Amino acid sequence: MIDIRIQLADFDPGGLTARLEALHRPAVATFTAIAAVPEAREFRIDHYPAMAKKELAAIGEEACARWPLAAVIVVHRHGLLKPGARIAFVGVAAEDADAAQEACAHVTGQIRARAPFWRRVIPGSARAEGLRGGPADARPPAAPVPELG
Amino acid sequence: MPIDLHYFGDVREGLGRDGERIDPPSHVLTIADLVGWLADRGDSYAQVFAEPRRIRAAVDLEHAGLADSFFGAREVALFSETRAL
Repeated sequence: MIDIRIQLADFDPGGLTARLEALHRPAVATFTAIAAVPEAREFRIDHYPAMAKKELAAIGEEACARWPLAAVIVVHRHGLLKPGARIAFVGVAAEDADAAQEACAHVTGQIRARAPFWRRVIPGSARAEGLRGGPADARPPAAPVPELG
Repeated sequence: MPIDLHYFGDVREGLGRDGERIDPPSHVLTIADLVGWLADRGDSYAQVFAEPRRIRAAVDLEHAGLADSFFGAREVALFSETRAL
């Protein structure tokens, strides 16, 4: 199952993770990107809608072909966002911990490299340089969460 | 044949428009040709497309390089480096 969503609205990482856990596979790994840019008041994420959906789906399919995955969920927001807002979510359910962690990191890296999204500071709100993606701009992939019981 | 040209990122910001329909001359075959042809329009086009190596492109929703052809394409997008996540 590959679930790709590009949306204006915020999302619930806990609910998305619960969907993955409900598949009862041995491992789930997730990544949530946060707009950690305190000096900015707000910024806009633009995207190329048709290509973004296609590219995110292709990245998910590539991951499923490479690792034993039961599911991939990708959510990426667009539109106006404020500092501290959630930008994107990547989550996978896999047949083992290594696969979950590697696939989640791979999908995240490929989205960063290929997905057609752009950030733009709203004029007068902050420095554009502060909004580039990077280690301070997002949390690292979470460790796989083994299935309980 | 006319094609739809879409602009994103710094290209959109620099040109002040999100796209246009174009009908380039027959010698404009590759993305590099297209960027050069657009730059020759002068003003904001010359500024935005002054450094072709900084321009990214997609042909019919697939990433494309400067040397790639867009012959027969329905749409081409020109944009700055993407910033997802």
